[in-house]
Order: sequence, then structure tokens, then C-alpha cells
Amino acid sequence: MASLLIKNGRVIDPASGHDAVADVLMEDGRIVAVGKNITAKQKTEVLDATGLIVAPGFIDMHVHLREPGFEHAETIESGARAAAAGGFTSIAPMPNTSPVNDSATVTSYIVEKARKHAVVNVWPIGAITKGSAGEELAAIGSMVNAGAVAISDDGRPVMNARVMRRAMEFARSFGIPVIDHCEDLHLSAGGDMHEGLESVRLGLRGIPGCSEDVMVARDILLAEVTGARFHVAHISSKHSVEMVAFAKSKGLQVTAETTPHHFAIADSDVPPYDSNYKMKPPLRSHGDVGAVIEGVTNGAIDAIATDHAPHPGDEKMQEFEKCPFGILGLETALGVSFEHLLHPNKIGLKRLVELFTTGPARILGIPRGTLAAGAAGDVTIFSLDREWTYDVNKSFSKSRNSPFDGRTFRGGPVATIVNGAIVWRVTA
Amino acid sequence: MRAGLLGIEGLTRAEIQAILDRARDFQPKPERGFRKLDLLRGRMVVNLFFEASTRTRTSFEIAAKCLGADSVSITAQASSVSKGESLVDTLNTLAAMRPDAIIMRHAASGAPHFLQRHLETPIINAGDGTHEHPTQALLDARTILDHGKSLEGLRVAIIGDIAHSRVARSNAYLLSRFGAEIVLCGPASLLPQELKQIAPGVTLTTRMKEAIRDADVIMMLRVQLERQHESAFPASEYFQFYGLRLEHLRLAKADVIVMHPGPINRGREISSEVADSQRSVILNQVENGIAVRMAVLERVLSGVAVN
Repeated sequence: MASLLIKNGRVIDPASGHDAVADVLMEDGRIVAVGKNITAKQKTEVLDATGLIVAPGFIDMHVHLREPGFEHAETIESGARAAAAGGFTSIAPMPNTSPVNDSATVTSYIVEKARKHAVVNVWPIGAITKGSAGEELAAIGSMVNAGAVAISDDGRPVMNARVMRRAMEFARSFGIPVIDHCEDLHLSAGGDMHEGLESVRLGLRGIPGCSEDVMVARDILLAEVTGARFHVAHISSKHSVEMVAFAKSKGLQVTAETTPHHFAIADSDVPPYDSNYKMKPPLRSHGDVGAVIEGVTNGAIDAIATDHAPHPGDEKMQEFEKCPFGILGLETALGVSFEHLLHPNKIGLKRLVELFTTGPARILGIPRGTLAAGAAGDVTIFSLDREWTYDVNKSFSKSRNSPFDGRTFRGGPVATIVNGAIVWRVTA
Repeated sequence: MRAGLLGIEGLTRAEIQAILDRARDFQPKPERGFRKLDLLRGRMVVNLFFEASTRTRTSFEIAAKCLGADSVSITAQASSVSKGESLVDTLNTLAAMRPDAIIMRHAASGAPHFLQRHLETPIINAGDGTHEHPTQALLDARTILDHGKSLEGLRVAIIGDIAHSRVARSNAYLLSRFGAEIVLCGPASLLPQELKQIAPGVTLTTRMKEAIRDADVIMMLRVQLERQHESAFPASEYFQFYGLRLEHLRLAKADVIVMHPGPINRGREISSEVADSQRSVILNQVENGIAVRMAVLERVLSGVAVN
């Protein structure tokens, strides 16, 4: 009977309201007890967490693992290792693989691959429409039976409002949320960065904030009509944050996530034409960044997700307008969140832990995000003061497209425990 | 590492002034044409044009030859780009042949800036997408000065598809450095409001008469009707509201000059009567293109930092 005892950490478990120095004992992959002075039995592995924070395993509800189909950029195995190194014990991969995860066959393939090769839990997100082509609903029920926890046509949003309405209605039958990458593709067509002074100055075509806002507005109205659970992926604009807050005040089942880069960097902070800062939605204005932080603070935003999007080096070494959208995020999420939310006192530690645990767990409806006795033994141990520098060339990811390469952070993950086993520990 | 010339935005007023002054030395004398000098003998420049251009490429070639430098011209169709080689690989290959500078035009904004980060050879930007066209702004300034006007306090109307114009951006930066008033004018769909913040002295208007009133200089931009696909403006109405006609000139200063970076579309953004009038200095611009590019080449190849 494998057992692991974490000693003397400050245990923060927002789900149970626990915040005190305590020990956490796990046996057979599950939490057995949280309390003072738990003594180790023989053969129990002991991990000293003195001076560290012990939290439920962090969940990243928005990643791209590129498998099947784009294994040169990332695999389920490499992405899971990067997740563990970032302090995540659960990740939810988006369906834009090749083939698209639009059937139980592909969902089962991902689940099976993850079971064999992933060091963290993998919760697949299925497509809304076949091939994410935006026309015919995918085999949503079968995907749910095969393990899908949500549906999304991330990156290729459903433009037809009627199709989206039907998807919401159908998803409600299974109790899963519909996650939308909110972007009106006509308004954003050809755009490379946020539309504003910077795009005008650099002569790059803009992606206006309204291309996000009109879709958030549409989907909120559809969520009201259908009674569905609607989740906004990587929210980035001020108006969208305000509309989500409004929807919540009306009692609608609307939630939102944002990414570390969307509260850390504004368009005017970007080195000109550096494709490691090119993603969708784009890095927006300082006003939008402020509104996203406000949303994280006041509860309009429920979760932090990375939108980890690996692209191999040769694809990012091109003219800016030719480079694909997306950046890595798993290994820097905590460091960036500490620097921009926690250290400047925008939010407290409990709220930060919620954004990575109970927030995403509730949205996806997965039995994770707590250290209650009997829960899965997923634990993230992190430091608030350890200084470390991110070297993207040492990343577990197969890709290198990060704007945070060379950045020094204060605080970050120290150990990642999945189902009672240590899957990653900081070195040096 | 020697510096190239990527844009006007990064230049100081003194640096611009130095290029404009030196260009005057290279201007042709009447009846003699351009003098052949050997200031850059033994130097080699590569003209790398990824976008069709007759006047700019020819102008750079002549400028190099007038200074005694060797120049090689490559167009995208003839290069390995059409065989699928990436831009970085193409440039690295060319750089390995040790030219002293690469003159580059590319349809993507920022392409030369991106390459300069990976390349030792100085790059001279001959127009990047809808971003900058620094030598065009320099030759425009030289032309304005030649017509006896001071840039300080000058009122310049730039009219047309401002949103997609690298000429408008470079001119706005340059003229602003010298205290000119720059009025950018075009249909609102081609005139992003943010433009008024790109440099001091820039104002915007969608009304052509307002832009031209009391102008010392009118710069017309080439209009690309292809953009009609973006529904930015109805092509049938363009000339009626934004085409320059003789009657407009009465609103401007009596000695107004009319400029155009070329190639002109007669009857689309400018009437034939205006293009051929006494007020048009379009051919002076072409001539100054060579003189200004000689000054830029000399500066870049002799190792004086430009930016």
C-alpha cells in the first residue's frame, strides 16, 4: 500500500475553507487525512513542505496537446510533462487535433494514450461540430461517454448562431458546458494583433475587441434561451468581462477563464514583430488588461487557463503575418500569476488557488480541486519566494514559443503529485 | 555591426537633416544628369524585391551605380522563394555572399525588422507592407525643400488610403520631426482614429476640402481598388469624393505643390489635369529618389549609424 505524507506545509484548500499549517497523508492514490502531527508509518514516503504552500492539484482547463496529428509540435506525453513541471495535475486538451476530436474513437484514443503516457490527468474536450467545420453537430453524447468533459470548436468558433443554439441545447442534456473561443471571424479576418494604436503604428492588420465582444454577447443570449452552461475561453476584452459579470448577475450559468498573458502583457509592451507574442485573442490594450485583472478580482472570471499552444520553431521563424497564433503557457503560469496578481496584492492566496482548482473543477464538473478525505491524491506544492529563471530551451514541451523565456520569477511550483505519486520535483 | 535603415520612426531630426543635406550634393546639374562617383567602389549591394516595383528598384540600382558600387537585383519570382525556401534561409544565403547591404522590399509589415534581428548585414527598407517606406519620405522632404519651403510650420495634406499606406506613415514621422502640420484625409474606413496619435502635429479629416484648405503641399496616395473586396469604400464613388481635381487647388496656398509616390492612377485618385499641371512635382520626386538613395547608401555603407 503506497503512501505519501506531506509534512508541515501551509495547506490551503478553498473547497473546505482550510488554511493552516498541517500534514497531508495519501494512501493508494487518495487523500486519507489532513491534520496536525500526522505520523508516518513504515514505508511511508515523507515530503517536507516547511515554508511551502500545499494546495489541491492545479487544473489547466485549456491546453493544446497536438496529438493526434501534430506530434512534431507536442505529444500527450510531452505536454503532460510540461504540465507537471508547471504545477498542474490535470489538463483539458482542446479538440483541434488531426483528426479533430469529434467522435468517441478519437476521444478514446486520447484517453488511452494519456492513461499510458501522461504523468497528469487528461480530460479531453470534444468538438461541437464535425471536423469543427461549424455545420453539423459532432457525436457529442458518445464523446461524453468516452470521457469528454466539455465541448468546444476552439480556434474555429461556430459562426452560425442557429448551430450554436442547437449545440447548447444538446449539451445541456449531458450536463456539460459549451466552451466558446469567442471571435467573429468576419470582424477579425486577416488580423494579426489587437486593433489599436500599436497595430496602426506597425502597419499590421487589427483584430478588434468587438470581434470578441459580439460573440460573447451572442452566446450569453443563447445561454439564456437554452439554459445551457456557457463558458468563455481566454477572455481578453473589457466589454466581454463586463458582459460576463452582467450575465452572472442575471443568474445565468455563464463562466469565464483568462490566461496569464492576457493579464500580464498589453499590446504596447510587445517587442515589434516578435511572433512569440502572437496569439488569439491578441494581447489587448492596457485598459483591457486592467479589466481582466478586475474580473479576476471581483469574480467575473472563474479560472486561469494557459491556452498552451505549442508551435515548432520553424513555424514561428517567419514574417509576423505568416506565423501561427499561440504560445506555450504551462510552465510559466504560476510564476506569471504570482508576479501580476499575487505579489501586487490584486488577489489573495486563497483566491489564487481557487482560480486554479475549484474554479475550473466546477466548470468542467470533474471530481478534482479539493484535499478532502477520500478525494483523488492530486496535490500542487509551491513556493512564494523561490527565485527562478525560465529557460525555454529546457522546457519539457517539444516547442519553444514562449514570450517569457529568460524571465525571472519569484515563486513557482516545487512538487507535483498525481494520484498520490510525485510526478515532478524542482531541481536546484 | 553597421546599421541599416529600417524606418523613419527611429531617426532623429539631425540624422534626417544630414541625409537631406547630403542628397543635395548628389542632385544632377542641369544638362549633365547624375555624376558618376566612386565613393563606394568595391562595395556590393543586393536589391531583394519580394513585391513588384519598377521605380524604387531602378532608383536604388542607379543610386548604387552612381556611387561606383556593384548592385545585384533579385525579384521574388526568380528567387528560391518560389521553391519554398523560407525568408530567413533566403536572407542567410544571400548574407553568406557577403554583400555590404541588402535593400529589401516585402509585402509583410515588419519583415525587414524581423530579419535584421537574425542578420549581421545591414538592411535598407525599401517598403515593408503597410508599415514604412523611409526613402520615399526622405525624397519627398528633399522635394519640398527644393521648392523653397521650410518644413517647420508647413501644412501638408496626405489624401487617400491612409490605413494601408507606408508612404503616409513614413511621411508623418518625418514631417512631424520638423514641426509640420500633417492632415491625413480619406474615407473613415481607411482612416483609423488611432493615427492622430502616431506623431505630434497629425490631425485627421474625412473631408477633402478641409484637408486642402491652406495646404502648402498635397500628397496624393495610390488607391488600390482591390480593397473594394473588404468593402472599405464603394469604388464608384472614390474619385467623386477623394479624387484631386483642378478646382481643389484654389483652396490651397497659391504656391501649393502636388506630390504622388507613383505610379499614378489618372482619373482614380488624381485627374490628368492636375497630374500634368505646373503644380505637380511628381517627376522631381523621381529624380530626388536617386539623390536621396545615394545619400542613404553612402551613410549605411560607410558605417555611419543611421538606426
